[in-house]
Amino acid sequence: MNILVCISSVPDTTSPINFNDNKFDTNGITFIINPYDEFCLTKAIFIKEKSGANITVLNVGENTNDSILRKALAIGADKAIRINQKSENSKTVAECIYNYCNTNSFDLIFCGRESIDYNGGKVPGFVASKLNIPFINSCVGLEITNQIIECKREIDNGHEICEATLPALIAGQKGLVEEKDLRIPSMRGIMTARTKPLEVIDDNINNDEKITILDYSKPEKKSDCRLINEDEVEKLVDLLSNEAKVI
Amino acid sequence: MAVLTFVEHWEGKFKKTSYESISYGRKISDDLNQPLYVVTLGAENIEDLKKYGADYIINVPKINLDNTSNMSIAKLITEAINSIQEDKPSTIIISNTNTGKSIAPILASILNSGLITNAIDHPESYNPLTINCKVFSSKAIAKYQSNYKQNIITIVPNSIGGINEKNGDGKLIELNIDTDLFVDKKITVKNRNKLSGKISLSDAEIVVSAGRGLKSSENWNMIEELADLLGAGTACSKPVSDMGWRPHSEHVGQTGIAINPDLYIAIGISGAIQHLAGVSNSKNIVVINIDPEAPFFKAANYGIVGDAFTVVPKLIEAIKRHKN
Ligand SMILES: Cc1cc2nc3c(=O)[nH]c(=O)nc-3n(C[C@H](O)[C@H](O)[C@H](O)COP(=O)(O)OP(=O)(O)OC[C@H]3O[C@@H](n4cnc5c(N)ncnc54)[C@H](O)[C@@H]3O)c2cc1C
Ligand SMILES: Nc1ncnc2c1ncn2[C@@H]1O[C@H](COP(=O)(O)O)[C@@H](O)[C@H]1O
Repeated sequence: MNILVCISSVPDTTSPINFNDNKFDTNGITFIINPYDEFCLTKAIFIKEKSGANITVLNVGENTNDSILRKALAIGADKAIRINQKSENSKTVAECIYNYCNTNSFDLIFCGRESIDYNGGKVPGFVASKLNIPFINSCVGLEITNQIIECKREIDNGHEICEATLPALIAGQKGLVEEKDLRIPSMRGIMTARTKPLEVIDDNINNDEKITILDYSKPEKKSDCRLINEDEVEKLVDLLSNEAKVI
Repeated sequence: MAVLTFVEHWEGKFKKTSYESISYGRKISDDLNQPLYVVTLGAENIEDLKKYGADYIINVPKINLDNTSNMSIAKLITEAINSIQEDKPSTIIISNTNTGKSIAPILASILNSGLITNAIDHPESYNPLTINCKVFSSKAIAKYQSNYKQNIITIVPNSIGGINEKNGDGKLIELNIDTDLFVDKKITVKNRNKLSGKISLSDAEIVVSAGRGLKSSENWNMIEELADLLGAGTACSKPVSDMGWRPHSEHVGQTGIAINPDLYIAIGISGAIQHLAGVSNSKNIVVINIDPEAPFFKAANYGIVGDAFTVVPKLIEAIKRHKN
């Protein structure tokens, strides 16, 4: 089984979010594998350990992203691909992933549900649609038997169980594997990662410049917290009813 | 040109998010002086949709939605769009429900239109389209600009102007197509487990949430009682769902669900940055925490420093009295 895991590079979840000259200020920011993608990568490793598979990790980006690809190799991916592309535009990224999938065939493509930086949630749907393969979004469980996958996915009021043929694209999150199952690179993993291939491809995709970000702002600060004495809960109820008008 | 919104229903019932996206569409229609089309699938009672300003309602009758993949839904919407003869839609609005988030990129890919997700405001301008969207898990707002002629906008529920009643013509167009052609052979839905009787988090106007401060799963009775009393949904912090005290579907935050109810009550939750990322957009936040230094107080509108095990029962009693 050939598995592709698409990983995006995002600022660590504790990063201060600031902007400088209308660009995200990366000063002092540590970049990590997008947490949703990490669940996917671990799931891919489970599949490999159970029934054998070849795991490729793919990132569309610049060479500063090589470190997260190396980490993915150290965790257990077999091969890493970076499509050298400056643009972070989702359509361009999806186009690059699509082209790569067209020349290399994969049975299972994993993406995260969304990247935690721009929260776009666009790339997986774009890629699945272009490849015309089943798209299982917000996937929280996956079993594979004879080229058929059974997936559990979150829907608005609960869960849905669906079956799909391969190839398919899974947009995953926690639940695919549990937090405690996530792997940290071992010393041996880090050593062997050095010998694993990290291939850089130049894809001269026409960049989609039609969607751009003009500027950033920060949400308005909430007014100061009003403290209410624990013996006066009535006062809270009154404020919620008459001031906030929510109950 | 026209404006079009796709609305979902849940077993025949439309929800607030549906009306909200019609109201949102109506505003754009008025700004642009264009008709508003509302597309829905398999709806039986479309009367409800008229009240919010739909000029035309396109319905695909008698379709069994229990076995439709996101791809099929996107194709059905495309069919509805193609059935519009004169005014091709320039703006397509979809609510950020689970289905909405899944179909929007497919639809954008089929139609080759621009896609802007997580809008938290009405467009600032139309030509080109500029619109504010939340990014970095609500820690920032980005103003997107699109130079596409046709754009799909997904809107964050409960963050934009609300629902406004306004009479539209509400002319019904039944789209009679062979729905069998839209069955996705590659994917079958085997079953759907709905948490019946429960208020879904993305829909809830009030959410009662609790964290590790509650010490064990047995202590959730008072949380559920408070939620029932307020007609609220229940949520929890990540460690609580990691330990299996509560289902994963209740986990809110950066790596869980992002919500923005009118009122969020956080009980025994410290207010870590990753938790705040999913709830800071709530219109009112009440924090109940034993530790006056808990970071959550900085993000709260109202706070009580105290032990949840004494404060929550008192709060329940006070609300009961208030209701009478
Ligand atoms: C990559 C990453 C992603 C994450 N994503 C999320 C996420 O999406 N959502 C999320 O919630 N967390 C997330 N976290 C975890 C987050 O950092 C915090 O660890 C977590 O939110 C803490 O949960 P808590 O507040 O319930 O528990 P704690 O931090 O243990 O806080 C418990 C609180 O309860 C209070 N308390 C104790 N006893 C009482 C009492 N009797 N009455 C009243 N108050 C009491 C304490 O004062 C304390 O403030 C993430 C972490 C990482 C690294
Ligand atoms: N630059 C990228 N390179 C590789 N995969 C990506 C990239 N951007 C997004 N993805 C994948 O698409 C998912 C959703 O991203 P997004 O659509 O940007 O929210 C991520 O979790 C990744 O799996």
